[in-house]
Amino acid sequence: MTTWIRHKGWTWGFRSTVLLYFLALIVLPIFGVYVQSFSAGWSHFTESILDPIAWKAVLLTIKLGIISTFINVLVGTMIAWVLVRYRFPGRTLLNSLVDLPFALPTAVGGLMILLLLGPGSLLGGLAEKLGFEIVFHQPAIVIAMLFVTFPFVIRAVQPLLEELDPLEEEAAYTMGASRTRAFFKVILPSMLPGIISGGMLAFSRALAEFGAVVLVAGNIPGRTLIASVFIFGEVESDNPAGAAAVSVLLLTLSFLILWVINAVQQRGRRA
Amino acid sequence: MHVEVRDLNKHFGTFHAVKNVSFEIEKGHLIGLLGPSGGGKTSILRMLAGLENPDSGQISFHGQVVNDLPPQERGIGFVFQNYALFKHMTVFDNIAFGLKVKKASKAQIKDRVTELVELTGLKGFESRYPHQLSGGQRQRVAFARALAPEPQLLLLDEPFAAIDAKIRQELRSWLRELIERVGITSIFVTHDQDEAIEVADEIMIINQGRVEQKGTPWDIYKEPKTPFVASFIGESTVISSAAELKGFEAAANKNATRALIRPEYIEIGSEHDFSVLSATETGVVRHLHFRGSEWLVEVEVKGHKLITYRSLEKETLQPGQEVRVLVHRAYLFNDDHSWIEENRLKVDPMPIMI
Amino acid sequence: MRRLWIGLTYAVFIILLIIPLSRIAIGAFDKGLDGFAEGLLRPEALHALMMTGLIVVFVTVLNALFGIMMALYLVRANWLSRKIKGILNSIVDLPYAVSPVIGGLMIVLLLGPDSIIGGFFEGIGFKVVYAFPGMVIATLFVTFPLMVREVMPVLQEIGNDQEQAAATLGAYGWTTFRKVTWPSIRWAVVYGLVLTVARSLGEFGAVLVVSGNIMNKTQTATTLVYQDVENFNVAAANGVALVLAAFSVGLLLLMEWAKKRKDVH
Repeated sequence: MTTWIRHKGWTWGFRSTVLLYFLALIVLPIFGVYVQSFSAGWSHFTESILDPIAWKAVLLTIKLGIISTFINVLVGTMIAWVLVRYRFPGRTLLNSLVDLPFALPTAVGGLMILLLLGPGSLLGGLAEKLGFEIVFHQPAIVIAMLFVTFPFVIRAVQPLLEELDPLEEEAAYTMGASRTRAFFKVILPSMLPGIISGGMLAFSRALAEFGAVVLVAGNIPGRTLIASVFIFGEVESDNPAGAAAVSVLLLTLSFLILWVINAVQQRGRRA
Repeated sequence: MHVEVRDLNKHFGTFHAVKNVSFEIEKGHLIGLLGPSGGGKTSILRMLAGLENPDSGQISFHGQVVNDLPPQERGIGFVFQNYALFKHMTVFDNIAFGLKVKKASKAQIKDRVTELVELTGLKGFESRYPHQLSGGQRQRVAFARALAPEPQLLLLDEPFAAIDAKIRQELRSWLRELIERVGITSIFVTHDQDEAIEVADEIMIINQGRVEQKGTPWDIYKEPKTPFVASFIGESTVISSAAELKGFEAAANKNATRALIRPEYIEIGSEHDFSVLSATETGVVRHLHFRGSEWLVEVEVKGHKLITYRSLEKETLQPGQEVRVLVHRAYLFNDDHSWIEENRLKVDPMPIMI
Repeated sequence: MRRLWIGLTYAVFIILLIIPLSRIAIGAFDKGLDGFAEGLLRPEALHALMMTGLIVVFVTVLNALFGIMMALYLVRANWLSRKIKGILNSIVDLPYAVSPVIGGLMIVLLLGPDSIIGGFFEGIGFKVVYAFPGMVIATLFVTFPLMVREVMPVLQEIGNDQEQAAATLGAYGWTTFRKVTWPSIRWAVVYGLVLTVARSLGEFGAVLVVSGNIMNKTQTATTLVYQDVENFNVAAANGVALVLAAFSVGLLLLMEWAKKRKDVH
């Protein structure tokens, strides 16, 4: 190899290029949105937030996010348990399918729900006759959130269950614990870090979801308009400052969640 | 290669890992860096290799300062503690790596690798991967790989630490022979004194970042320069108040002089075994351990537990038995200095009476 | 008990994943093969698929290069203090927490025609936002953590012993990377690549905001699906959606395969 390749200038060139790329791509935009939201002054920021359409959208997002996360935690924990503990035909196939919502474009996910439950569809018609309204109402948003966040809890709990030493469980049995007792005293505590961090990830993803929801929500202000769709609307109607204000609210919430997840994972690692 | 190190210092954060270390190594010598874990041995070795930069001080090879040379340019071979074999390369490719980097010709590479494979007894394993080898074989590969580019200095970091006790013995003598045959200056790090004594021409005892003593294993054993060396090398018992021992009262009269006593400094027996009975103490046998070729005897004298060996030929002792104990010599030390002291009563019995 | 749990699991998978997926497939052929072809072969659909393809190529290449370098620096660099590495490391995850719409908004705010940087580029006749470069940047933002997060753990696990051994044997940075580091991380990189492709193929929110969704110019496959649905042209949307879904399933299979290889190294 010739010496010019080893020249220090190359090394420094590489290093600064990568760091600059990182700063310009990730740090600068996030910084920018915070600056922008306060650019027109504090009062303008509070005004944007206190617009009833805005805060109702944020509250609705949080409410529906919590509902979908709750369902996800229950269903996800069950599925993780079944996939790790039981051997049955089709297990590997199901295990691979878990990641499908990650791989599938969210807009396609939205379209699926629309086709399946929308007006004119078999199920949608049936539900309508029974007096349920799904698509263009809140249940559809929850379903969309459920769909896109489906893998998180499963993927967070699975490795913990696999690592769990069966001896620990057996030790509990030898000490006379019943199955239920062993589950709550031994198995559940070791799954808990995964359930919490998976649930948090699912929640933050649900807050952020746009593609699947925008297609099925109907986006009626105050009733089915969630935060990310609201932000999109503000951008479309050329009000970036208003969009930025709500964004800052949502971002700060998401960053907090991310921080909690890191803390939980670090504690789990130390234990 | 002639190696010279002057006033080497290294900090890791606030931890002063290497403190003003200076030494010189003659060409062709095999040096063992011996000391407890965390004492700075590996840091010194890594600085010699260029894998770590010293905060201050100078490293010279052949009289030339190499501080600013990267590891690639130093002409050294390094054997890592866990061997660090390239796990996706075969034995052949591992050994050939340094030669390929130097753009040696295919024929040259093949000749050199074949030579090393034979030298290290790895014939027939050339196309295996590291995970298909035993610990001892991996060590040989690491060794051959380090030797392949014909380095001037071979550095080995705890070369036997990851090997079973049984094979370790065998590998030690193998390594010693091999290094002798190749004639390369070598430095190895170890925390095992048996290993250092057995393999090295010279030992450097490193403790808390300092060189405590440098010399042949025999010199260090016979004449330890510091209390740490005395206690680290060989078996010994430390007695906090040396003046309590018969024959050392005068020598140890300065306050807080302590005595370090090795098993071979002590002789035990019945009263008629000793010509100068007044130099002996009364002791009680506490424990007896059969050591295969001799007894290891724990004997209690004035509340201190002393250890000594006893030939199997002699009469067998029983725990609880009362015996006479003669301390021939002791390594005495206090805050100011340390020295070896012979038992004065033994040499000059009851001088006033005569 | 056991039967009940397995049955429930199957039920969840069938209801949540399998039925919707097959519904898309059926929907696309609602009007027969001709209907499917018609929806897919519209000029705007072809253009949108091409845009998506271009974005995937650009983003995957750039993200792979910078992602691998960033992972190397975050794990190995001794020219960065531990503290700085720790901060950078936590920033890497931020795009996960940012809603894609907000990600897009950030790019618009920073590089839009009204911003300083955007105004400058506009001045020299280079459109960023509402054009291809902006869409690539938005997708890069969203996909940034994927490669870094796949490569970093592998680098941490293998340690730097082998790299140091290579250094003492005379190998410099590039040779060491090519001969020693790369063979250990390549399956993690492949996995990261598949994830990046999947994400950039399906990215919707960020691209929608940045692109302006102009038909035949900045429209991608996902934003076309959105527009079709908004125009109550669900049948046409189906064809494009099916193509996207088929790609996703293919990528899923690739992911499984890469995951298996990654575990063995």
